[in-house]
This record gives sequence, C-alpha cells and structure tokens, in this order.
Amino acid sequence: MTELQIRDLHVSVQTEQGTKAILKGVDLTVKSGETHAIMGPNGSGKSTLAYTIAGHPKYTVDSGSITLDGEDVLAMTVDARARAGLFLAMQYPVEIPGVTVTNFLRTAKTAIDGEPPAVRSWIKDVKTSMENLRMDPSFAQRNLNEGFSGGEKKRNEILQLELLKPKIAILDETDSGLDVDALKIVSDGVNRARESTDVGVLLITHYTRILRYIRPDFVHVFVEGRIAEEGGPELAERLEEEGYDRFLNNAKVG
Amino acid sequence: MAAASPSAAAIEHSRLLSKQHSDGGWGVIPIQSRLGRFTSFDVSEFEPVTGFEEAWKYTPVKLLSTLIDEPLDGSRPQIESSVEGAATVEWVDRGSKRIGEVGKPEDKASANAWSHSSGAWVIDIEKDGGRVDLQRTGSAAPAAGHLVFNAASGSTGTIVLRNVGSAQLAENLEISVGDGAVLTVVTIQDWTAESTQLSSTYATLGRDARLHHLAVTLGGSVVRMTNSTHLAGQGGEAELLGVYFADSNQHLEHQIFVNHDAPNTKSRVNYRGALNGDNARTVWVGDVLIRPSAIGTDSYEENRNLLLSDGGRADSVPNLEIETGDILGAGHASASGRFDDEQLFYLQARGITEDEARRLVVRGFLSGIVQKIHLPDIAEDVERAIDLELGGRAE
Ligand SMILES: Nc1ncnc2c1ncn2[C@@H]1O[C@H](COP(=O)(O)OP(=O)(O)OP(=O)(O)O)[C@@H](O)[C@H]1O
Ligand SMILES: [Mg+2]
Repeated sequence: MTELQIRDLHVSVQTEQGTKAILKGVDLTVKSGETHAIMGPNGSGKSTLAYTIAGHPKYTVDSGSITLDGEDVLAMTVDARARAGLFLAMQYPVEIPGVTVTNFLRTAKTAIDGEPPAVRSWIKDVKTSMENLRMDPSFAQRNLNEGFSGGEKKRNEILQLELLKPKIAILDETDSGLDVDALKIVSDGVNRARESTDVGVLLITHYTRILRYIRPDFVHVFVEGRIAEEGGPELAERLEEEGYDRFLNNAKVG
Repeated sequence: MAAASPSAAAIEHSRLLSKQHSDGGWGVIPIQSRLGRFTSFDVSEFEPVTGFEEAWKYTPVKLLSTLIDEPLDGSRPQIESSVEGAATVEWVDRGSKRIGEVGKPEDKASANAWSHSSGAWVIDIEKDGGRVDLQRTGSAAPAAGHLVFNAASGSTGTIVLRNVGSAQLAENLEISVGDGAVLTVVTIQDWTAESTQLSSTYATLGRDARLHHLAVTLGGSVVRMTNSTHLAGQGGEAELLGVYFADSNQHLEHQIFVNHDAPNTKSRVNYRGALNGDNARTVWVGDVLIRPSAIGTDSYEENRNLLLSDGGRADSVPNLEIETGDILGAGHASASGRFDDEQLFYLQARGITEDEARRLVVRGFLSGIVQKIHLPDIAEDVERAIDLELGGRAE
C-alpha cells in the first residue's frame, strides 16, 4: 500500500516579469488502487502540479510538502523519484534522437528495477504491451518519440506505464489528441495497469469522455492553483454541463 | 547550408533535387566548382593560406602554420602492423611509382606533407583478400606522412589505421580500389589533447569497385580530415562514414568531396558528431559533384550533429553540383540539434541517471553509423572510446 501525500503546496516559476506563483496551497492524497481525476480550466496549474511531483527543474517549491510513504519526494532527484515509484505520462512527450524505443525501455526498466530484466520474458512483455496498444512492431526500432504523431506519443507513454509498473502514475492529458479508437485503446492500457499492479492514478483531463472508460474514485476541480471542490464521478458530469464559471466567480469574489 | 548555433532548430533538406550549377550544355565546369581548385605536388606553388579561402575558411589556420608552412620531418615513421590473409605492408622511398597514382594535393598543407615526406608506407590487399591493422604513434616533431592503400582488382579487404599518442602531423593517404574490389578503410583519430593533424585522403574507384570508409575522430586539439573520392569507373560505389566527438576547445573538421565521374555510380555520405563543452567546434563540408559523364548517379549525403551543452558550434555545409539531368537521385540532409534539458528531464523521469542519459543519447546517435561498417571489434572499440569521452565507465 503506497500513499502519495501533497500538503499545502506552493509553487512558482521564474518569468521575465519576475516570480509568478502558480500553485497556491494544494492538498491531495493518492493511495494505491485509487483513481483521482483532476479537471480545471487552462492555465490553472494542473501540469505544474504534475511536473512538480516529477521534479522538473523549472518549478520552484516555495512551501509545503510532497511525500511518498513518508519519504520526502522534494529532496529526491528526478531519477530517484522515478525509481521510488512515481511516473508521469507527459502532456508533451519529448523527442529523443539516437535512442531507440527498445534501448530506452530496457535502460529505464533496468534503472527502475536496479537490475536488467530477464531477457526472454522482457522481450515478450514489450511485444505483448505493444500489441495491446496497437503499436506497430516497427516502433521498437524507431527513435524515441521522434516523428511520432501526437496519438502515437501518448500510446508510447502508456506503454511505459505498463512496463515500468510504477506505484503512482500521473497522466497529464493523456487523452488529448486521441481519436475515438485510440482513446479506448489507451484507456484499456491504463485499466490493465490498474488491475495488474494496483497503481494509484492521478488523471488530468479536460474531458469526461475518458472518465467513462477509466472510472475515477474521486474528482477534483482545480482552479487558480488550488483544489476548489472535490466529489465523486458525478462531479465530472456536472462540470461538463455547467463549466467552471461557478468556481471562477467564487475565486474572484473570494 | 546550415550553420547551427547551439539553439538552432533542426534544418532538413531531404531528398533535394537541385540543378543549381547547371553547365548549360557547354561542358564547362563553372568557376566555383569544387573541381576548379588549384592542385600541385609542390608546396611552393601554393599561395599563402590566409583563412579566407573556401577550403580554409572554417579552420583555425593560425594554429596550424607549422604544418602548413614550415619544413616537416618526413623520415620513415614507426608503424605497427598486423596482417591477416593476403596482404602486405612495405615502405617505399620517395620517387617510387607507387606514390602519386591517385592523389594530387588540393591544398597547401597536403602539398607541404607531399613535399617533405621521404617515402610512404604502402599497404596492398592482394587478390585473395585480407585485413591489415595499423597502429601509428605520433611523434613530438612536426611531421609529414604518406600512406598508400591499394586493393587489387576483385579483392575484398579491410585496413584499419589507429592513430594514438601525441602528434603534429600533415599527411596524405592515397586509396585505390581496383575493378570489382571491395575495400573497407577505418581510420581512428585518438590523439592526445594537444595534438594537431591535417590529413588529406584521395581515393579512386575502378569499375564496380566499392569503398567503405569510416573516419572516427575523437582526440586532438585541431584535427582536419579531407577526403576527395573519385568515382572513376562505371558502377563504383562509395560509402563515406564518420563519427566525431568534440570536447571543450577541440576543433574537429571533415571535408568530403565526392566526384561522380562515371555512369551508374553511387555515393552515400553519412557523418554524425557530438559536441560537449565550451568552444567545442566541429565542421562538416560535403561537396558532391555529378559530372556530365555520370549519368545514372545515385547520391545522398547526410550530416547530423548533437550539441550536448551550450558553448559549442557545429557547422554543417552540404553542396551539390549537378551537371547532368540524367541521374537517379541526389539529395542531402543536414541537421544540428541540442540535447536539451527537456530531453534530460524525460529520461530522468524514467529513472535513468543524468550521466546514463547522456551516454544513452550519444551512444545511440553515433553507434548507428559505426555499425554500418560491419566490423564488430571496431564498433566495440569506438563505443568504449565514446563512453570515455563522456566520462562514463567503460563497460
Ligand atoms: N515559464 C513560465 N513563464 C510564465 N508563465 C508560466 C511559465 N510556466 C507556466 N506558466 C504559467 O503557469 C500557469 C499554469 O500552467 P500549467 O501548464 O500548469 O496549466 P494547466 O492547468 O496544465 O493548463 P492546460 O489545461 O492548458 O494544460 C499558466 O498560466 C502558465 O502560463
Ligand atoms: Mg497542462
């Protein structure tokens, strides 16, 4: 049983105009087996939260804490966080020339497990996961994300989720830019990971559509750098009908 | 032309078909043609090198005046060799007919080396084929060198030249690939940090001959390798490959000239470089000339550079001169890109340490070229050397 705890998190970025506060007191707990959806308007700080958990150097934590089973995540390097069991499926996966998908996956798996995977079962696992995600075998020999379409990049992120078996996975708009079929395929991948590893999931999305495939236990409304409301799956439906006006007005008044 | 500053985005000109230097049917080589350069065996016939010449404009010529202008020690250099199969290694004196069959100096440093060397090491691959490994240790005094590699008609052979130690060397290498022969040549420049080398390779290929050439340039403060390959016989094929890794204050330069001069000839030029640190500097110039005689030519050249840090500069300059419309294809691609912080973050976010991430990227990037030469022992050596360049453990 793993628990990711975020407490009163304040995060800023350096901009040309000076320091800009983005996260303004985030409290959130994600446990093994739970799925949390985060929804909120553009620019409210969802990706900032995701990147801060993963340790992107652009973001400065001004106060608050992030712990994984009591361990101080903020004190860890980016790679140590991943080895501790955190995974971020990125909104914009990065292209890496010169590194094939195969080579990358094996290196990452070795880094995370602390030892190389057993060759035969590993090759089989990779092949099976790629088939499940309807990725053509030729992708294995291509350079990581280089020239991949938007949807192919997202599948490749979920491929890693399946193979690296993190304890807590953050999916930043993995559903954006997917066609109807791909949405189903990618959701199935996430669900397989949930069933086989009991991974805790933090799912950032703009659309309720994906929540019909990946049922969340909790829905959080993210507005202006903090969680403005929490509820169950029904909250997502309500947001779809009403939009974020209610929260934005509140925020302005407050 | 893609002169890449560190932050430059990738520039692609894939499969470009260009007729920018049309001869207008007069059979006259245009004045700016790569073929039009002055050539002579005699160094005194060359104008002084200023650094403004087309051939020298990317090179730090001030650091090289000894090699370009001064008398050089041209005595017979030490070279260790091991021979497998039907091949020979012998020294011939200046004046031997074995010297000058292929090349004629195209720049002053090449002519200076030619004028001062007292002879040449000649490596012959005989009809039954073989492999020769050479190791050359540099010497303290500024030196002139000359090598001749010859593959007999119909032979299949490999010649590997490893350059180690400290050197100030200007040299010429003549490569002759006989009709129907297949020759693989690997030269590894692994000099000590203060070394300088100006090396001029001249290759000529007979009918249906194939040359696979790999230049691996890692060590030295200034290393400039020029390669002028003449596809003189019908059906000849040249594969010219290179990898280089420039650290702080290193200047590594490769200038390639492929002269398609017979029907149905093919060339593939593919060089990749990595740059790491302040003032790491690389230059790649790829000139391809398709002469009116070279109908049915198939040519493609590519150069990619990976900038691992700020403060480096990679120049990448492909040039195509096409004098006949009747070709299969001619194209080039040139790209210089950064290994940037977002890439590092992505790999680290998958548990990979920073050092390992850099190693992964550079190895993958460069070893793709090395593997094309199909010599596993060389591929291993080069990967180990690249790991050392990156300051990582050699495995
Ligand atoms: N380097 C930066 N300079 C200026 N502003 C920045 C910088 N980085 C982030 N921001 C701002 O921080 C805010 C939060 O951005 P973030 O990417 O976290 O939003 P988001 O909720 O993920 O939005 P979206 O739904 O569009 O993905 C935005 O207003 C963004 O412009
Ligand atoms: Mg976002």
